Amino acid sequence: MARKAITGNGAIALALKQVEPDVMAAYPITPQTEIAQNYAQYVANGDVVTEYIAVESEHSAMSAAIGSAAAGARTITATSSQGFALMWEMLFIAASLRLPITMPVITRALSGPINIHCDHSDSMGGRDCGWIQLYGEDAQEGYDNAIQAFRIAEHMDVRLPVMTMIDGFIISGAIGPVETLDDEQVKEFVGDYVAVNSLLNVEKPVTVGAFDSLGGWYFEHKIAQNRAMENAMDVIEEVGREFGELFGREYAHFKTHEVEDADIVLVAIGSAAGNVKTVVTKLRAEGRKVGVLKVRTFRPFPTEQIREALSGAKVIGVMDRSDSFGAQGGPLFTEVSAAMYGGESHPQIYNFIYGLGGRDIFPDDIEGAVEMLEKAAAGDTLAQQRHYLNVREG
Amino acid sequence: MSKTKPRKEKWNISDIQKWGPGRHEMGATIPESGNADDYETGGWRSERPLRDREKCNDCMICFFACPDSSIRVENDKMVDIDLEHCKGCGICAQVCPRDAIEMLNEIKACKLEEK
Ligand code: SF4
Ligand code: SF4
Repeated sequence: MARKAITGNGAIALALKQVEPDVMAAYPITPQTEIAQNYAQYVANGDVVTEYIAVESEHSAMSAAIGSAAAGARTITATSSQGFALMWEMLFIAASLRLPITMPVITRALSGPINIHCDHSDSMGGRDCGWIQLYGEDAQEGYDNAIQAFRIAEHMDVRLPVMTMIDGFIISGAIGPVETLDDEQVKEFVGDYVAVNSLLNVEKPVTVGAFDSLGGWYFEHKIAQNRAMENAMDVIEEVGREFGELFGREYAHFKTHEVEDADIVLVAIGSAAGNVKTVVTKLRAEGRKVGVLKVRTFRPFPTEQIREALSGAKVIGVMDRSDSFGAQGGPLFTEVSAAMYGGESHPQIYNFIYGLGGRDIFPDDIEGAVEMLEKAAAGDTLAQQRHYLNVREG
Repeated sequence: MSKTKPRKEKWNISDIQKWGPGRHEMGATIPESGNADDYETGGWRSERPLRDREKCNDCMICFFACPDSSIRVENDKMVDIDLEHCKGCGICAQVCPRDAIEMLNEIKACKLEEK
């Protein structure tokens, strides 16, 4: 193990190098570029035996990844924003063919207006494409999640593609400390790749991607896909626990800080969860009963566990780094609200949308949100359910 | 009808109509190959190709052009057309240098057959 000063992208590229998959098919896009570039460099230097396919677009990147995974190769790619959007149709195919591709997503706003900075519109827009989604707070989590993704995706009860997110620029481009593992540790943890129904196995020929329409079994196949998602719920935890036992950093579906006796809980995802934690620690010192729940697994969504963890809260503030136009609130908000509706306690739930297009969020913005929630907790129900942090009024 | 390639083993789907989500192969994969043969696309046809044996010189141009592998060849001879799979696109009739293939209205062709 070693402690390195490295960018989020650099850490993820290193994790992928240490796994050394058979194939990488990728197209560079801001702010993911460094991953594609570093990996291409590893290939050019002969550090890895991976076949690097320099494709002409992200649609092709995902198509090549699908072909490669169906052929029986451990396959990766990486993307951001418009690239993610261009992959769209193929993302569903990768998941429905049950191909365990893994893909770091360096989250970035979607056009328009054109913007290259961080928000979660890309990955959150893809929340129903059938991929497992793990969100990391910092470079360390980006690195650790990128490694665990292989174990989760390739588990025989799961066999679904996994995307692991970190925040564009804020984490991807910033240099921070990362505890890296040795190559052997990573290779041993990930293990050998086991192909299922490989197209290249002439002993057992298969047909992949056949037509299945009216009178067929499309519906049943979708249910099977959802069962695999349910199975992933336990597998993500098992893998996170094992990772913790071996390397000292344990992972679950989410992490709580000061939640147990809190009246007010903020739910956050991505890098802002760290900022919220800092604010919570400060407010706790002032005697204010605030906590934070940081979501890691968004698909499958840990509904029951989150409901349980938030059952003591009077007021919940859900922070979304993407909006859902015309919906009741952002994606995390609607998910948390639905989870709480199914429980005994019915806390008030508010949505704080922040950081679109890379807009900064300051500790004062978070404190302002807490103040609003404190008013609500005191019985002064807020008129609006959806609030925007650090926006120009008018 | 011809089965071009014998398959290694046949997928047993005798009761597939009753199969729920747990019975299928992962990812809707079909655990055998060459099964396009089982999908009889001939029913899509609205026009039927009819080859005139007298005009045909077995040049095989239609064989290469047919998108449905429906031109049947044996011993270098164009034997006939596989009507279980021919979709009636008319490409063979277009490419035939000897105008040996005529496209007939499928309903009329069926009636002719009955007679
Ligand atoms: S009509 Fe089309 S499908 Fe039928 S034999 Fe001719 S080329 Fe093939
Ligand atoms: S293209 Fe015409 S002449 Fe040539 S094999 Fe076919 S039907 Fe016969």
